[in-house]
Amino acid sequence: MHDFLNGLVVLLNYVIIPATTYGSQLALGALGVTLVYGILRFSNFAHGDTMAFGTMVTILFTWLFQSWGISLGPLPTALLAMPIGIVVTALFLLGTDRLVYRFYRKQKAAPVILVIVSMGVMFIMNGLVRFIIGTGEQNFDDGTRVIINPFAFKDATGLDQGLALRTTQVITVVTAVVVVAALFWFLNRTRSGKSMRAFSDNEDLALLSGINPERVVTITWILVAILTTVAGVLYGLDKSFKPFTYFQLLLPIFASAVVGGLGNPLGAIGGGFLVAYSEVAVTYAFKLVLKYWLPAGLQPSGLVQLMGTDYKYAVSFAILIIVLLFKPTGLFKGKSV
Amino acid sequence: MNSTMKNVSLFVGVTILFGIAGFLQSWNVALDMLVVGLISAVTALGVNMQWGYAGLFNVGVMGFSALGGLAMVLVATPLRPAAWAAGGWLIPIGLAIGAAAIALAIAIWNRMPKGRTRGVVVVAVLIAGFVLYRAVFDPAVSAVEAINPSSGGNIGGLGLAWVLQHLGLSQETALELSVWAAWPVGGAIAAGAAWLVAKTALGLRSDYLAIATLGIAEIIITVLKNEDWLDRGVKNVIGLPRPWPVPLEVNLQQSHAFLALCQSWGLNPVTFSSITVKLGYVAIFLVILALVLTLAELALKSPWGRMMRAIRDNEDASEAMGKDVKRRHLQVFVLGAAVIGVAGAMMTTYSGQFVPTTYQPLRWTFLIWVMVIVGGSGNNWGAVLGGLLIWFLWVEVEPLGDMLMHLITDPMPSAWPLKAHLLNSTQHMRLMTMGLILLLVLRFSPRGLIPEK
Repeated sequence: MHDFLNGLVVLLNYVIIPATTYGSQLALGALGVTLVYGILRFSNFAHGDTMAFGTMVTILFTWLFQSWGISLGPLPTALLAMPIGIVVTALFLLGTDRLVYRFYRKQKAAPVILVIVSMGVMFIMNGLVRFIIGTGEQNFDDGTRVIINPFAFKDATGLDQGLALRTTQVITVVTAVVVVAALFWFLNRTRSGKSMRAFSDNEDLALLSGINPERVVTITWILVAILTTVAGVLYGLDKSFKPFTYFQLLLPIFASAVVGGLGNPLGAIGGGFLVAYSEVAVTYAFKLVLKYWLPAGLQPSGLVQLMGTDYKYAVSFAILIIVLLFKPTGLFKGKSV
Repeated sequence: MNSTMKNVSLFVGVTILFGIAGFLQSWNVALDMLVVGLISAVTALGVNMQWGYAGLFNVGVMGFSALGGLAMVLVATPLRPAAWAAGGWLIPIGLAIGAAAIALAIAIWNRMPKGRTRGVVVVAVLIAGFVLYRAVFDPAVSAVEAINPSSGGNIGGLGLAWVLQHLGLSQETALELSVWAAWPVGGAIAAGAAWLVAKTALGLRSDYLAIATLGIAEIIITVLKNEDWLDRGVKNVIGLPRPWPVPLEVNLQQSHAFLALCQSWGLNPVTFSSITVKLGYVAIFLVILALVLTLAELALKSPWGRMMRAIRDNEDASEAMGKDVKRRHLQVFVLGAAVIGVAGAMMTTYSGQFVPTTYQPLRWTFLIWVMVIVGGSGNNWGAVLGGLLIWFLWVEVEPLGDMLMHLITDPMPSAWPLKAHLLNSTQHMRLMTMGLILLLVLRFSPRGLIPEK
């Protein structure tokens, strides 16, 4: 029993807690991708850089608040700055839509043209973020660092392994649940949300029913601003902020959205957690866990690691390919335009 | 003004731009831009085959370029007999076991009747194959990587230089000649990888293909960064040979004939030796570019090219006319990737080193796309023009942006932190400029500078 609990703590520390946190971040990112895909009907390559932009604005205001001496006590100040980050990002996205995307929407351009256009937007946003905040790593987490201290845990329970739970991990999961619940309430219960879903299901029918497409698009971009900024800030609090890392998040986020079924919000969440758990589980060395769980004779000599941690992108990619080959519309039945 | 005149004047304009850079900055800088511009033009030709001819959206250009570059390591470096003796020969066997397991699993999946047994058997084959592969592969890799890790630790060249040496050439000449073989081999490696990619991902819709190729490129770079036995990973392979007959600057500066020439023309031997070397590269790469361009033009104007464009414009109609769309897509994807691979090998040759960490998607994938779109999708001359022009701008935006920023910040007091920040960030202006150029071209001239005929 003692051994089992020790193994469980190790598993929680290195697999379950990090994967749940990462999964929440991916799910929020994938929700944004899936919304753009459902309403605007293209894969937005600028998504990772939108996350970086929102996070950057939040960081700048966090620094401002810190210099004024404002803080949230045990919680990171970034949570206070996040609404401002969302508003600025929303304005920026609406500006890009007005200047760039709307022209192609009116023309009814092919989705692949919009993807190339989003590559141009990606360049500009990427350059802008690097221009303003630089390419370096930024840590902007303040507040209490840990909720469960591993040493205190060891003392209290008498186990050999200490459970560690950081504040940012709890904040990530709680915020993600709140945001997702609010999003689903909005999509399912409000008039605007319903018109969005109608527009996504059948554009022509929605237009016939008097739904204003420009209003739907505006709401979509605002929702995307919320989702990207929250996802980016949570990722930055949990790990750290670096523009290039955010650009690279594009792949696991796309994988999550596609695996769940593009255009399907529920699928984006499922996909996010599937990708996150696979990434962590495949690249984690299970030696320590098995040391506790297996009987003395069967304990492994190697690391019991399927792949090196550097290959985590290969994992999200492999899931993506397998799902696309066997179930092209994704696990949760997305659309294929 | 007819279209030929317009196109010629566009190329003349680009030549003038390089000339201005030569006069105002230095001929070394201008020639360096020209060499990389020529390489970029070849890459752009490859992307244009996939996108312009066939409408295939490949966002994994970086991966194929890097695989092409790998050819320089495998072909143009000396053989390391010690690595093979230590068990290096087990590495290909291990890889073959892995590949065989996957092939067997695919065969079983296709042959066996549907049902739970099939799934169980396939998974069992894959697990057994994986365990066997790791059992053979891991010890061999550790043995190879343990040999002299500070300068070696990889399997080295595959022996072309060794064969040439045994034909009576000096080691230096043998390596320099091998470089010529490395370019087609780079194309072949990239084509092989592209075939695998095409087999799995080409049936996907356009934006799924984009996401899939984006992922493949990242994975290729990760492999190149981590598999030290292959290319020393992040420890990099440096000191790659030059293609015969391009000399080293140091050797030129010691040659009496060269020094006499410099003296009679009143030139600085150091500057002029470096210019001579770059001119050598320009000559060789111009020949390669001309060759690829001619072949691409011939292909485009042949019945095959017309068929490709017909498939691109209407897949269903072409299929109804009896064209094998899937096969044609596979063909053109592999061909385009081969061209990208050749260009990747040329780039590694020119930089003289293989550094996996330099491969960044913005520079190696998305910039190439800007070249193709700005030049004119579907037009080979456009791809060449785009390659030269966009590379010129990519390099020159930085000093121009710097000048502009100095002008803007001039009235600010120098104590302001904003001034220092702005002056330090000018290097990032090139990303914004490229994005702006792409968006403007897409908006106001979507068919590019030299549109498809």
